[in-house]
Amino acid sequence: MVEWTDFERATIQSVFEKMDYDDVGPAALSRCLVVYPWTQRYFGNFGNLYNAAAIQGNPMVAAHGKTVLHGLDRAVKNMDDIKATYAELSVLHSEKLRVDPDNFRLLADCLTIVVAARMGADFTADVQGAFQKFLAVVVSSLGRQYH
Amino acid sequence: KMSLSAKEKVIVKDFFAKVSSRSDEVGAEALARLIVVYPQTKSYFAHWKDLSPNGAPVRKHGITIMGGLYEAVSKIDDLAGGLLTLSELHAFVLRVDPVNFKILSHCIMVVLSMLFAEEFTPQIHVAVDKFLALVALALSEKYR
Repeated sequence: MVEWTDFERATIQSVFEKMDYDDVGPAALSRCLVVYPWTQRYFGNFGNLYNAAAIQGNPMVAAHGKTVLHGLDRAVKNMDDIKATYAELSVLHSEKLRVDPDNFRLLADCLTIVVAARMGADFTADVQGAFQKFLAVVVSSLGRQYH
Repeated sequence: KMSLSAKEKVIVKDFFAKVSSRSDEVGAEALARLIVVYPQTKSYFAHWKDLSPNGAPVRKHGITIMGGLYEAVSKIDDLAGGLLTLSELHAFVLRVDPVNFKILSHCIMVVLSMLFAEEFTPQIHVAVDKFLALVALALSEKYR
């Protein structure tokens, strides 16, 4: 079981409370598709992903970005059992969506960069540490049911 | 082998020029984050008396690293050749496990994103990410 300090718990709640999901979700996913273009393989039916401008303006990407970010809510609300919380989603990503779990790490890195941009100086080293630890647990849980 | 396109080299040079007025801050902050967020990296600095993220040794060394990066920018057309001395240093003297280049690159980009939020667009991000990866590769040239 993951041990969380009081600081880490408070930080995760605070970061997500302050977050504008409609802004951060699309920004993180579109950034991932631009910075790691091979991730586009999962979005063949999303239409025009031809260049960075197209990706950033694509409404399906934006909608999916919001979906993914809201998916993190469950972990935010269940920090003491993220593994169980995401068991079903892990099976889904493995057996139905067939997403290489390394992609979770790539998206997590892009999300970190976007949150850093939005929070600026408030994204201190300690906040970054807590945020990345949280995402690492999420990423690990989503990869847990692959076999 | 991955390489930077002519356009990407311009993007990297222009962006690093823009960053140069705050490059010390970027370097110091990136190294501070490295040791806080990835505490295992402290193993390379056991010889420092002061390992506090905002202490003088960390800040000074962050600035040194950033200086190395600017040298790399100036040698962007031949990183392996241009960074030969630094590569030998990292291979034979410092012996930094190359996994740490990736981690530090991430920390540098987090700080760039914080300090230059508007400028660090996805297009610039990918060019800088590639550049840092190529610098890391050049630094690993002499490892074995």
